[in-house]
Amino acid sequence: MREKDRLARFEQTILPHLDAAYNLARWLTRNEHDAEDIVQEAYLRAFKFFNAFRGVDGRAWLLTIVRNTCYTWLQQNRAHEITTMFDEEIHSVDSDASNPATLALQSADQQILREALDELPVEFREVVVLRDLEGFSYKEIADIVNIPAGTVMSRLARARERLKQLLCNRGNLA
Amino acid sequence: MNCKDAQNLINGYVDGELDLVRNLEIEHHLQECALCSQGYKDHQVLRNGIKTGSFYFKAPVDLQRRIQLSLSKAANAEAGHRVLPKWWLTIAAPMAAAAIVVLALVPFLRGPSGDDLLAREVISSHVRSLMASHLADVPSSDQHTVKPWFAGKLNFSPPVEDLARQGFPLIGGRLDYVDNRPVAALIYQRQKHFINLFIWPSGSDSDVGTKTVSRQGYNLFYWTKSGMTYWAASDLNSAELQEFVELVQNQPSPKS
Repeated sequence: MREKDRLARFEQTILPHLDAAYNLARWLTRNEHDAEDIVQEAYLRAFKFFNAFRGVDGRAWLLTIVRNTCYTWLQQNRAHEITTMFDEEIHSVDSDASNPATLALQSADQQILREALDELPVEFREVVVLRDLEGFSYKEIADIVNIPAGTVMSRLARARERLKQLLCNRGNLA
Repeated sequence: MNCKDAQNLINGYVDGELDLVRNLEIEHHLQECALCSQGYKDHQVLRNGIKTGSFYFKAPVDLQRRIQLSLSKAANAEAGHRVLPKWWLTIAAPMAAAAIVVLALVPFLRGPSGDDLLAREVISSHVRSLMASHLADVPSSDQHTVKPWFAGKLNFSPPVEDLARQGFPLIGGRLDYVDNRPVAALIYQRQKHFINLFIWPSGSDSDVGTKTVSRQGYNLFYWTKSGMTYWAASDLNSAELQEFVELVQNQPSPKS
């Protein structure tokens, strides 16, 4: 019976965040079937550790688990996609200060933008998704991604710079 | 502030994460530096493009059901693993015997217990539909949209009528799973109350009159008519729900 209560409470607080969980998994794996499997597994894990949930924000808590499940899965299935020991410096983008306004981003084509986002390294993609699609604060993102709070802004900066470059290249090709 | 600092901080600025002093510094710099100012505009376009683009992937409709299924399995397994203390065995046998006697009497005391189980299932489905904002798979007040939507998803065609003129507007339809089979769920609204009307084939031609039961603050009405079983569930008061039920029952029977 206690287990039933626990399940009911879990369904009430955590299940409503299913869309957020799926959205993150879908962006990190870039595949709908893998995303579904991962979300299902993440929910089981979350239920298992539900006793440890003390917070108020079920969404952030769940997404932390979804993210970890994604990374475990990526490590097992697509290890080349995650750079072990992600290095901010290696992945820093040389913004060419002498070449201003390269980008006439008047209205970025949706399709191109989506593809550019898909092409970002996963460590960049996740901060953009968490910030711009989920609307988390830097502090919350730091907790979910498990990086220092101060790193969130610089990682976002690099992610967006990279996005701009990808869009520029596409724009030039088109 | 130089451009290198600014390029980082523009992000915090766009995201509203800077403190006041930094905010003023960056605004000052943007006024002076055309390059960074252009970069700032690009950031905004980029961010708006991502935010307003349809980039948010919503979970597939049946994912929630699958998760709930695996969760309840996990919960049951967990409950089963609890080791019972030894003394439990000494009272388990008498209790089991007592339980058998009680179970044998239940049908005589309370009518068919199948309805009882079903009532529980229907309430769970009703509550779940309200909980996770998955009320309707096909949100529409148009019966000619909702009815065809079920075709191809169910092997029967539920009667769908909008009752807006009678004060019960149709909100939409949903595929649900009750009594070990896929069923149609129609959602109606009365002020702030939602009504789930579950429909599935009864498997027999005989009609069964309306029965009602109330549980956990929810009212249930159920009946069988023209080969279809109906369950209406809502937190609406019994009188108004009965009004709804009579409206549904007095709609012309589906042809064929």
